[in-house]
Amino acid sequence: MNIDHEYRTDISNGWTRKHILGLQDLSKDELNIILNQASEFKRLAAIGETKLTPLSGTVVANLFFEPSTRTRVSFGLAAKRLSADTVDFSSSGSSLSKGESFVDTAKTIEAMGVSYVVVRHKTPGAPQLLAQHLDANILNAGDGTHEHPTQALLDIFTIREHFGKIEGLTVTLVGDILHSRVARSNIWGLKKLGAHVIVCGPTTLIPSEISNLGVEVSNNLDDVISRTDCLNLLRIQFERQRGHFFPSIREYAHLFGMNKQRINKAKEDVLILAPGPINRGVEITPDVADGPHSVILGQVSNGLIIRMACLYLLHLQRTASLGIPG
Amino acid sequence: MKSILIKNGHIVDPSQNLDQQANLLIEDSKIKGLCDETTTADEVIDASGLIVSPGFIDIHVSLCEPGFEEDETIESGTAAALAGGVTSLGCMPNTSPVVDDRSSAEFILLQAARAANCHVFPLGAVTKNHEGKELAEIGQLVAGKAVGFTDADQPIENAEIMRCALQYTRMFDRPILNRAQVPELAEKGQMHEGFHSTVLGLKGIPAAAEEIMVNRDIALAELTRGRIHLMCISTQNSVSQIRRAKQKDIHVTADVTPHHLTLTDQMLETYDPHYKVLPPLRSQEHIDALIEGLKDGTIDAICSDHTPHASEKKTDEIIGADFGIIGLETLLPVCLQSLITPGHLTWSELIRKLTCGPAKILGLSKGTLAEGADADITLINPDIKYQLDPVSLKSSSQNTPFLGKELQGRAEIVLVSGEVRYRAEK
Ligand SMILES: [Zn+2]
Repeated sequence: MNIDHEYRTDISNGWTRKHILGLQDLSKDELNIILNQASEFKRLAAIGETKLTPLSGTVVANLFFEPSTRTRVSFGLAAKRLSADTVDFSSSGSSLSKGESFVDTAKTIEAMGVSYVVVRHKTPGAPQLLAQHLDANILNAGDGTHEHPTQALLDIFTIREHFGKIEGLTVTLVGDILHSRVARSNIWGLKKLGAHVIVCGPTTLIPSEISNLGVEVSNNLDDVISRTDCLNLLRIQFERQRGHFFPSIREYAHLFGMNKQRINKAKEDVLILAPGPINRGVEITPDVADGPHSVILGQVSNGLIIRMACLYLLHLQRTASLGIPG
Repeated sequence: MKSILIKNGHIVDPSQNLDQQANLLIEDSKIKGLCDETTTADEVIDASGLIVSPGFIDIHVSLCEPGFEEDETIESGTAAALAGGVTSLGCMPNTSPVVDDRSSAEFILLQAARAANCHVFPLGAVTKNHEGKELAEIGQLVAGKAVGFTDADQPIENAEIMRCALQYTRMFDRPILNRAQVPELAEKGQMHEGFHSTVLGLKGIPAAAEEIMVNRDIALAELTRGRIHLMCISTQNSVSQIRRAKQKDIHVTADVTPHHLTLTDQMLETYDPHYKVLPPLRSQEHIDALIEGLKDGTIDAICSDHTPHASEKKTDEIIGADFGIIGLETLLPVCLQSLITPGHLTWSELIRKLTCGPAKILGLSKGTLAEGADADITLINPDIKYQLDPVSLKSSSQNTPFLGKELQGRAEIVLVSGEVRYRAEK
């Protein structure tokens, strides 16, 4: 099979960025290049072209300093679909095992012939740090409470797939905005593509300065639901709450959970997204999660092609900068 | 009896309201006074183009010895002080063991005498082992020549302990130096809480964490008539509270660091741990309020909060990195950049904050060129421009965000007790 030419031309034209560290840095055009590239991979997958070869002979390292099975598997599979070899490093404990710093660890792994590094870390800025110290192209797979660009891109991709556009839509992010890297990345991406973004949650979980990012702030889901085209229900991370951000799970579910009653107040074609493992009965009731408005599983498969698109674009940049003909 | 004549300098001594071109005579390690052209001396120092100032006094310096010699020693730290124009420093008790008894204070004096760089004044701990539970042996520490009391960067959390400390130190007429920060509001915080912490995903420390404790300390100083000194204040509201307290004649003084006058929380955008300090770098409106506070006398002194860390402690990851930067060798140029160049303060006003201001806080008979005073003198070259390069630093640590930056102004010649102890390299 030789379909390489097709996905190499025009779609990716204009991609020059070495790293994907967050959506704050990316322009509208760059966001569209990634989304279009992902569409192309989705089209190829639909016609059975699941094993592509552009990255054959290269090594992608997945450095996971924070546990996440789903994201790690998704990135690993994305690399394999593009025929890259992969090395995995995961360490859930302290990233600073005595004497060896995070950068040292990454450099050691890079020395094994790695060209692309996918990094997940509990410290905000960790991918930026690697970008300063490594030659490899860095792809941020989530840095603390800072950004999670591929998750946001897959959310945005899913929304665009459903509505055929982003511009003019109203997207409401519900839940723990304070601790959410997914929310931050989504806000940057959605705003640049022309959406109106509402963040909605208890006052304790919405940073007061968030409105300066150009989003609308609401503490009442019922007030905003009827104007919302897409609801993105962020996961409540119980381990971060330690009991003082809201009084009880029951009360949270009562105020911000998505259930039948609320669906009835929503637009007829409202789209419901939920990144990551959901707490059924908290952010969303099972009937809604499995109902017609929800695209939760579709998000998972879109995650794979978004990650393929990101790796592929980094590969294009690398070969171009090394002067290897495309 | 040896004499030194400092000729043709611009003498700026706020303690006597001196700001004029003149010659200064030193005899037998003491200031003799101004003199005319015809005076002769054993040694003549040409101070043309230089400002002749009382030696700087920095009352917030960590020298790290004993216990953390990988960061700094009394010898390296006092050498850094001299290179920064500092002739007297208040040495933080945050060593290991903590300076909470007489022998620890005496050890510092012994090491400082051996180093023979600048004068070192030990500060004693307020509580045993900085634990905030029981008062340290404050009377014994005074006997060991401690000039003030502080738990260094550890805020005194318990209000009852603070009340007792303020009452107890009244017997010795010594101040308590506190770094105001409510621990539970600052827990796990990495930077100022505001727009930038929101974007960067770093946990913020709200301005209120400082302001609440500033308010508490002022109330306790009023209650006890003790002397409270608030170190490294950083917010608008702290400045206005202190201003009001001074109007009510409460015994409160305050200082600020040069980096809090220059750098904002926006610098953290690079996630560079060299911008991670306590209190955190704030936003511009806070800086403006601090400058106002310096102008109207609400803030008495500028201190470096020199906090050396060996490079492995300023790890690359921002969350694991220790707080704090070194500051002795950048004290003057950073003040010049943030206060003199934009026209906020005159040289005389700045020198006041670096000399008689801090001397008064600790009750030191220093910071003046008056007749009979110790001849501790800093000759400032205000015009020289240079790059801060790591090799030239005298401190054994290099944790400063100013490395590689273009700076202006430095100490050219420094005298301690009438002896030339430092000359800048050409
Ligand atoms: Zn300090």
